[in-house]
Amino acid sequence: MRKIWMMMVSFTLLLGAAGCSAQTAGSKNSTKHTVELLNVSYDPTRELYEQFNKSFASYWEEKTGQKVTIKQSHGGSGAQSRAVIDGLEADVVTLALAYDIDAIAKTGKISSDWQKRLANNSSPYTSTIVFLVRKGNPKGIKDWDDLVKKGVSVITPNPKTSGGARWNFLAAWGYALKKNNGDEQKAKEFVTKLYHNVPVLDSGARGATTTFTEKGIGDVLIAWENEAYLAKKQLGNQFDIVYPSVSILAEPPVTFVDQIAKKHGTEKVAKAYLDYLYSPEGQEIAAQNYYRPRDKQIIEKYHSQFPDIHLFTIDELFGGWTKAQKTYFADGGIFDQIYKPK
Amino acid sequence: MNELVLEVKFVSMKKWLLIGVALGFLGLFIVIPLLAVFSEALKKGIQLYFAAFNDADALSAIKLTLVTAAISVPINTVFGIVAAWAIAKFDFRGKNILITLIDIPFAVSPVIAGLVFVLLFGSQGLFGSFLAALDLKIVFAVPGIVLATIFVTFPFVVRELIPMMQEQGTEEEQAAMTLGANGWQMFFRVTLPNIKWGLLYGVILCIARAMGEFGAVSVVSGHIRGLTNTIPLHVEILYNEYNFQAAFAMASLLTMLALVTLGLKSLVEWKTKKYVNGG
Repeated sequence: MRKIWMMMVSFTLLLGAAGCSAQTAGSKNSTKHTVELLNVSYDPTRELYEQFNKSFASYWEEKTGQKVTIKQSHGGSGAQSRAVIDGLEADVVTLALAYDIDAIAKTGKISSDWQKRLANNSSPYTSTIVFLVRKGNPKGIKDWDDLVKKGVSVITPNPKTSGGARWNFLAAWGYALKKNNGDEQKAKEFVTKLYHNVPVLDSGARGATTTFTEKGIGDVLIAWENEAYLAKKQLGNQFDIVYPSVSILAEPPVTFVDQIAKKHGTEKVAKAYLDYLYSPEGQEIAAQNYYRPRDKQIIEKYHSQFPDIHLFTIDELFGGWTKAQKTYFADGGIFDQIYKPK
Repeated sequence: MNELVLEVKFVSMKKWLLIGVALGFLGLFIVIPLLAVFSEALKKGIQLYFAAFNDADALSAIKLTLVTAAISVPINTVFGIVAAWAIAKFDFRGKNILITLIDIPFAVSPVIAGLVFVLLFGSQGLFGSFLAALDLKIVFAVPGIVLATIFVTFPFVVRELIPMMQEQGTEEEQAAMTLGANGWQMFFRVTLPNIKWGLLYGVILCIARAMGEFGAVSVVSGHIRGLTNTIPLHVEILYNEYNFQAAFAMASLLTMLALVTLGLKSLVEWKTKKYVNGG
């Protein structure tokens, strides 16, 4: 029997190997007529990159004569980061927060100074955290305080796997801190109460959105501004967006994965891809998909879409992502202490 | 006399009540959801329904699903026959352990199965650096998906064959041997014809599961559209992109597959029965 087992195992491995060699054959493509990029991104950017990739492909072909196909992979930011660490061969990563790229950088796949390689901390667009409520706002939700009330059901994804969920958590925490003059204990109580009202934690932002919009669970969805606009646009006039008095400035970063781009010979096109995000065309596409562009002129043009609300930054209140991740979201951190599944 | 009639009536009422409950349950949990899949898929007309399949990513998902099944099902069929043969016709030490091992994929959650492959073949995994040195990709590529599918569908054929072979015993094989058949002749002329319907049944179940598997494949896929998405994963993506009609169109494809499988299954069951009854 053991022999048969060994045969099966080696046979499968052989098959696997055959499959791999067929795949790697096409990967050395720096000077060829076609080139392929894999952009591993977080959940709500699907529509943004679908539009952006088309625009970049025609720009790049016009400029260099080379055809570029961009493959996309989407999921919760933390989960995507984990996949790249485990071997998903992303040429560029466009994730929800800097910590998830730092985690990849720790394995040596990305240079540790990645965040200084591009302008604005390597975030070509920003966003913030807002509320999506059912049409007419039946529960009268106006600000963060309304989310901790009894009988209000709040939908937000799992901060362990979703980047958006971590921004949501810190936005709520920051609001409570500001309201209670920096009292950490009070902030903890507030956020504990809020998560008491959460019936289900989806693994990614898009999952949480469909839970709220399609399955009809919850009174309010804490969501990316862009995600809230998109849900409203896609699903007709069934929802309203509510801006809280204070929220967080979310800076989703982008970078190329040094080791993989080098292996695939895609460094040049990967860099150009990211630079194009900062170009007027790229910024315009970001704004059209409800991301706040960095470009002053373009944000002015879309001003009505992005109301001014008071935004605090993660550096200001939490001392940056590494610290925030450790305090709040690491195993045994504050999130684990306050969230007890029912 | 009257009492007897009453009793008969009561029994037949009970019978119809039970049948009614069973049918109602089936309708609520199986027929209505099935109809819902098709009605959602066809909601915007037949043209859009077919348009959903005329998309590069959808076609690649269909192709990958078929390729995965085409590799994993034959492997598990060969393995299933070999293992069932060993277990049913021979006695050896550790037989029970082997049977338990075969059942593991049934007992383990598919997500865990997927994670095991990431832990083994991922770049931080046990064989990670070895595979990187050879420039081999297993997880987040087709081989990983095939491996995960093989793992999950592993027990279907064996489990179907063991009881059948045990029941049949070894007399016919022994007779063949006495009459001078060699091993292969015995296998192809005696054993295989005896198990063919059970084998077919196991293979059908194996195909259905191989095409429909979500959990394990989701973990090792990497979700690269057009490259490593199978039909079930593509359904999830479309649904998450508010593209409900296309999502249900793809889902209807899997549903039809299930219905075909079901039809084939009943046919095989019927044949098996006939075969057993006819001697």
